[in-house]
Amino acid sequence: MLANIALIVLCAWTVVSAFFVVASKNLVHGVFWLAAMLLNTAVIYIALDAPFLASIQVILYTGGVITMMLFGVMLTLRQSGTIIPNPSQHSPGRATVAGLFGLTMLWAIWTTPELAAMTPTTSGSADEIGKLFLGQYMIPFEALSVLLLAGMIGAIVLARKGDA
Amino acid sequence: MMDIRIFLSLAVVLFTIGVYGVLTRRNAVGILLSIELLANAVNLNLVAFGHFGAGAVGQVFALFSVALTVTEVIVGLAIVVLLYRTRQDITVDLASEMSR
Repeated sequence: MLANIALIVLCAWTVVSAFFVVASKNLVHGVFWLAAMLLNTAVIYIALDAPFLASIQVILYTGGVITMMLFGVMLTLRQSGTIIPNPSQHSPGRATVAGLFGLTMLWAIWTTPELAAMTPTTSGSADEIGKLFLGQYMIPFEALSVLLLAGMIGAIVLARKGDA
Repeated sequence: MMDIRIFLSLAVVLFTIGVYGVLTRRNAVGILLSIELLANAVNLNLVAFGHFGAGAVGQVFALFSVALTVTEVIVGLAIVVLLYRTRQDITVDLASEMSR
């Protein structure tokens, strides 16, 4: 019972922080709301029996990506101080597109009998994940490392000063 | 209570909020933040399906997705910095004028 309440509070808090990522007027606040959302998701991963992925989420996302985002905000700063306007262009058409998508997906989820029949099993330990990465998914794993290198070189070439 | 539909619904709500953010934000970094919401919703789906049947494969795919998203953020921010250097402004409407 206590776990159910905790899960509901967690889900609600995740949605609230996601909402403020999109709604906050100050871009820096948006970045910190995103950090809150990512940490909440990490806790949900623990609830889903995936502690390894939860730790990756905290290290890589809330540690790495949020820092990169703050760098991006501060590098593209025109005024001093920490109030950076983050304008939005709200329109009924855009809300309808997003809302219709969400409602369709929710309808699909709650009317599919196969999903209701699913029961929790084990998620797999870090041990199993490592064996899969260096076994069955070896080639995608290596391709991913090449992609990371390419992305890194691409970012340096794009962002360097001089004859870009 | 451990029903997969709760987690899938949460992911859909996060994705919808992210889609609305991508459509309405005018600041390039704001759009990148919304894209992070989308990627996070997808990861949540992968982990949920991993827990409800697929096993460790779900987490393997989620880790692939995390690495792809991080690469995308790096390149995206490099483009934002480049945009700022050429235009002194990162509002995307001005950037679309540039392409004409």
